[in-house]
Amino acid sequence: MAAVPEASGIRPILLKILARLRRFFSRLPLHVILIVIALLWLTPTVGLLVSSFRPSTEVSTTGWWTAFQTPFKFTLDNYSSVISQNGMGRSFLNSLIISIPGTVIPILVASFAGFAFAWMKFPGRNILFIFLVALIVVPIQATLIPVLRLFADTHLVGTFPGIWLAHTAYGLPFAIFLLTSFFGTLPKELLESAYLDGASNMRVFFRLILPLSVPAIASLAIFQFLWVWNDLLVALVYLQVPSKAPMTLTINNLVSSFGTQWQLLTAAAFISMILPLIVFFALQRYFVEGITAGAVKG
Amino acid sequence: MAEVRFENVNKRFGQTIAVSDFSLEIPDKEFVVLVGPSGCGKTTVLRLLSGLEEPDEGKIFIGHRLVNDVPPRDRDIAMVFQSYALYPHMSVHDNMAFGLSLRKTPKPEIERRVKEAARILGIEDLLKRKPRQLSGGQRQRVALGRAIVREPAAFLLDEPLSNLDAKLRVQTRAELSKLHQRLGTTFIYVTHDQVEAMTMATVIAVMNKGVLQQVGKPQDLYEKPGNVFVAGFIGSPAMNFFDVIVKSASDGIYLDAGSFQVPVPEERAGILHEYLDKKIIFGIRPEDIYSPRYITPGIVASPIRATVDVTELMGNEFYLHMVSGDKQFLARVDARTAARPGQEIELVLNMAKMHVFDSETQITLLS
Repeated sequence: MAAVPEASGIRPILLKILARLRRFFSRLPLHVILIVIALLWLTPTVGLLVSSFRPSTEVSTTGWWTAFQTPFKFTLDNYSSVISQNGMGRSFLNSLIISIPGTVIPILVASFAGFAFAWMKFPGRNILFIFLVALIVVPIQATLIPVLRLFADTHLVGTFPGIWLAHTAYGLPFAIFLLTSFFGTLPKELLESAYLDGASNMRVFFRLILPLSVPAIASLAIFQFLWVWNDLLVALVYLQVPSKAPMTLTINNLVSSFGTQWQLLTAAAFISMILPLIVFFALQRYFVEGITAGAVKG
Repeated sequence: MAEVRFENVNKRFGQTIAVSDFSLEIPDKEFVVLVGPSGCGKTTVLRLLSGLEEPDEGKIFIGHRLVNDVPPRDRDIAMVFQSYALYPHMSVHDNMAFGLSLRKTPKPEIERRVKEAARILGIEDLLKRKPRQLSGGQRQRVALGRAIVREPAAFLLDEPLSNLDAKLRVQTRAELSKLHQRLGTTFIYVTHDQVEAMTMATVIAVMNKGVLQQVGKPQDLYEKPGNVFVAGFIGSPAMNFFDVIVKSASDGIYLDAGSFQVPVPEERAGILHEYLDKKIIFGIRPEDIYSPRYITPGIVASPIRATVDVTELMGNEFYLHMVSGDKQFLARVDARTAARPGQEIELVLNMAKMHVFDSETQITLLS
């Protein structure tokens, strides 16, 4: 009789272990696929990182994977060289000067517009919205010459405000579309309640809409920041002053002038990757929330 | 504190007429319940009053002020929404204080009012929580609290109990009545549930298809419904209706339903003399039908025979779904009544409580 409670104590534990095993094996194929994809993605990045720390003689003679054999030959010379002699330090700063307003301005404008499109009644609202959203499909290349001529007339070529404006204009259609859809999913009663509580449109926007839309705004910010940070075309066309060149332009110049100095290119490339990585990891929680927004009603 | 007046208000949404020629005067400090089936325009009336919708025609007054062009925030009213509409990113305290801080109420005064409202509603322990950490009943209280702290001229409540479970609903009903007495403010309450209307209202306004049907005290609407719709809507279970022909005999007037005939008491016969041999609608409430063995003394009893279709024993009473000819009706009789499905039994109608309506206009023939 005494064995019975013992047996009944072991059985559930066994069942639990079995259930866990079953779950592990049923998910195994998925995990294997994910690991393979992650490796495929990571390998070139790791190679880039390792190469950027190897001396030029090593880089030109052996592959990066041989760097882990003794004797270790690592150096910081590549970084100091690109930052000081090739203007990567200045370019990093330029990239920031371009990207931060290039992200903040369109999101600010788009959130005001999104609020109006989602919640205010005004004549022509739907037609205007459709027109704005349709601009998403206009290729940038088609706008380069007209905008450049416009900038030339208004002396905006080669200035930071000029490129801020350009990035704002290119980013707005999608940003307005995304924020309008997100704001539209907020419950109507919430806004009505705030109006009855005595809130003006401004108050509703700043006290209600913005705090409740952090996931959408954060994911939009990541999109826009990465787009501006990685942009070469817009900078190449509108920002023709070398002292204001962002990193993409500088790296491009490095490729043409130091075509064989891989160690310098890898260091420069890795510098340009650091910030997007930091931004992504800092905001990735919102990013995931943002792209699944509206899928599940909280 | 204010009376509220609607004068010939119309509201259309596209082709749909939501509210049609709506006129209603709500005296100060009343608890008015707007009741009607879904889509009858009752919520639209509330939204018109709050300023969230604008009337196409007509005037709306709060106090003696015409408010047609006054924005919602300047109407001095507070609204409790069906979904509660609590600000999800703010604590309970901030939810309640939000309206006051927007109106630049001094901080100590805000604290005093929030504490007072929280005490009245019994939510003092919840002030630091976020709405998602609250149960349905607690959220409902916070929504009420948000309205109370504003000390508005009128409270508008849009089906505030519909998201609560049955038990909590009964409890909250009583608390709302108490709250109304305590605050002494005009309450305008919208519901589709006639039980809520009957239990809480001091005045009920019944609406159907955008048209105001009847306004009155709960008991008056129950006893003297003005038309077939109100008669069928107020009271649970609903009143039974029969198409009958008014006939005359040597001993007075009787109603011929085909499968049964019932005499009309002399004091109620008056107007029916004009309807001799014409079709009218006869109405009798389930609770005015008795089993012959358990008759309440003092009723005007007219026996009929009918077949039992389905029985429902509710414990204290017995619901009998009856068939007479091609007509079905419900009787609510003493629980001791012996009745089995398929059995033909005798029932007694209390004709002192009969209702008659014009079959064209559906308006009552009783004065």
